[in-house]
Amino acid sequence: MSKIEKDDHTGVETTGHEWDGIKELNNPAPRWWLGVFVITVIWSIGYWVVYPAWPTLSGDGERGGTTGNTGWTQYSQLAESQAEIMARRAAYLDRFDAATFEVIQADSGLYAFALAGGASAFKDNCATCHGTGGAGASGYPNLNDDDWLWGGTVGAIEETIKFGIRASHDETRFSEMPAFADIFAEDEISDIADYVLNFSANTGFPARGKTLYDEQCSLCHADNGTGDRFQGAPNLSDAIWFYGSKKGEIEAQIRKPKHGVMPYWNVRLSDSTIRQLAIYVHSLGGGETE
Amino acid sequence: MNTLNEKPNYNDDIVKLFTIATIFWGIVGFSVGLFIALQLAFPALNFGEYLTFGRLRPLHTSAVVFAFGGNALFATSYFTVQRTCRTRLWSDGWSNFTFWGYQFFIVLAAIGYVTGITQAKEYAEPEWYADLWLTLVWVVYLVVFMMTLKNRKEPHIYVANWFFLGFIVTVAVLHLVQNISVPVSIFSTKSYPLWGGVQSAMIQWWYAHNAVGFFLTAGFLGIMYYFVPKRAGRPVYSYRLSILHFWSLIFMYIWAGPHHLHYTALPDWAQTLGMTFSIMLWMPSWGGMINGMMTLSGAWHKLREDPVLKFMIISLSFYGMSTFEGPLMSIKEVNALSHYTDWTIGHVHSGALGWVAFITFGAVYHLVPVLWKRSGLYSLKLVNTHLWIATIGIVLYIAAMWVTGIMEGLMWRSYDELGFLRWSFVETVQAKHIPYLIRAFGGLLFLTGALIMVYNVVRTIRGDTAGEAVQDMVHDTPQNNGQNAGQNAGQNAGEAVHV
Repeated sequence: MSKIEKDDHTGVETTGHEWDGIKELNNPAPRWWLGVFVITVIWSIGYWVVYPAWPTLSGDGERGGTTGNTGWTQYSQLAESQAEIMARRAAYLDRFDAATFEVIQADSGLYAFALAGGASAFKDNCATCHGTGGAGASGYPNLNDDDWLWGGTVGAIEETIKFGIRASHDETRFSEMPAFADIFAEDEISDIADYVLNFSANTGFPARGKTLYDEQCSLCHADNGTGDRFQGAPNLSDAIWFYGSKKGEIEAQIRKPKHGVMPYWNVRLSDSTIRQLAIYVHSLGGGETE
Repeated sequence: MNTLNEKPNYNDDIVKLFTIATIFWGIVGFSVGLFIALQLAFPALNFGEYLTFGRLRPLHTSAVVFAFGGNALFATSYFTVQRTCRTRLWSDGWSNFTFWGYQFFIVLAAIGYVTGITQAKEYAEPEWYADLWLTLVWVVYLVVFMMTLKNRKEPHIYVANWFFLGFIVTVAVLHLVQNISVPVSIFSTKSYPLWGGVQSAMIQWWYAHNAVGFFLTAGFLGIMYYFVPKRAGRPVYSYRLSILHFWSLIFMYIWAGPHHLHYTALPDWAQTLGMTFSIMLWMPSWGGMINGMMTLSGAWHKLREDPVLKFMIISLSFYGMSTFEGPLMSIKEVNALSHYTDWTIGHVHSGALGWVAFITFGAVYHLVPVLWKRSGLYSLKLVNTHLWIATIGIVLYIAAMWVTGIMEGLMWRSYDELGFLRWSFVETVQAKHIPYLIRAFGGLLFLTGALIMVYNVVRTIRGDTAGEAVQDMVHDTPQNNGQNAGQNAGQNAGEAVHV
């Protein structure tokens, strides 16, 4: 059945095969196509000589493969490409690491370095919870104000970043407000909430609210509601609320308090980066001096 | 000698089923794609547990690759193997089983995706029970195809069938190795993979890259090799090129997977092999484009008249572009910039929308009048409208992804003068908002084009083919086989059907 014909349009012969009316011309593969193909093969062979390329039978060599005549590895490339960036940092880093916060704050170059490094690390590590501008959210402290749960000096901020709050680090700081749902009756909780709101809003309160507060709450939150940073007990006398300012939200927090966890960043971030972060956060608006 | 009167009684019912399924799942896949593109631009569109981006993304990829693309491959391979072997498809019963079995797999997989049952392996998300079922369906597919080849009444096996067979066999191997896992219990949907760590990553990308290579490239080249010469009415440009690029493609592709794991825990030597074989793959891939495009020499004027042929040629152009872009992106230094960025998303979409979907649309437009024995399509004008709307959609999509991809790649590696990263991740996301809107708009255009196709196909099947000035070129219906094949094959008319 094979019948080789000449294609009238191109003058090329067919292969003589035919399927459902489809024939094939007997053109050679284009020379440029073959040429480029061969070039890519030669180039690849050259590449194999220069770079790690084939597994070795013995399992020796660069992670079980040939080494390549330049000794290149992806790790050496990484170190090389990072070297230039590290050099930019190195202009400040040694001085920064050796200096106290007081010295850094007094040195405009070091201080600018700390703020730049802190801002960069903050956006990638802290902004997820505290917001890109550090404004926080419900349950996540606002870092722009001067209301600090565990202290607002650079040293206190550094400690918080390093070991976290209620985190899994041995040196983390930990506190837990008891749940009062089983201790107080509902109307008692209501009275206490009224008293707590009165600190900042002056809305008045039932006498029993103050009595109960003084008995049960003042130990941590202080008689006038100013809180206690040593225990991380929030200040209740300002108008800044962690889990909401509505009476219902305050009652919910009395019944069964929510407790946030701040992870610890020790080791995960270098000491240097943590110090930069502390200075950056301290600079956001509410930083306190020792 | 075979003549018109002895034309075998082809099983076109099964091809009709798969063609309808192709169109149906295409609309589903494109719609979900548009929705998740909007979710990326407007995260508030993530409603509830079942409709989040994380659940819908694999639904989209699988719907397009395996449901739309898979059904298209079934339809065209069953159509082509019968015509080019001049024999009826082996076993009506088993071929019907592949249809219903495959649709059942798609539904089974989709339910898993939205309910959160997943192996968390890209393009292989379905859990063990769905994988087992697919294995059964796939083996039957292989048997049906092989038995039909065995029963052929032609002495030689046509090149399209090499590609189809290569695709079916390799996908079976890929599927089995990738999905070896141990179920927690026979009543549990959860399983644990046999491979761990970097071996698991290597198997994953060996699988996923060759899903692209054999499912979306070899299989669709099979479509190209039948429908382009058929539609153009011209002989295939070069038999020798088809042999060379078939074997080089099959041999090279299987090595290229590690380029998905540059600069990872994968040893350097494996990364190098993946990269160099990707570079060497460039010409073997282009062989298909050259053979397809050059088949039109002597028939270029048909491009003006026939929008269906235009679909196929634009498809080959996108194929050529993305098979150049792929090797380029596999180069380590380029990959260091492009990896994990939207550039990759743009790249797969120039392949998926431009190549896979366009060659499928071309094949569907050719098939529908043939299968339903209509004199032509309802409207070639609407085919042309579909063509241009969809092409503009793809161009907007790809351009937007190039912009976002290169932009975020540069932002991620940007350091300030003090040596600190300049941008946080979320800032790179915010910077992509406008291009994301453009991408979604491109997707909307593409979906709109596909809906125009649905309308055109429905009207054609209903028989509303009158009133079209330019007659569609159908040369496969029993009544006009000889006559039309003559018109289209030009001077070789007479011999075309008398073999």
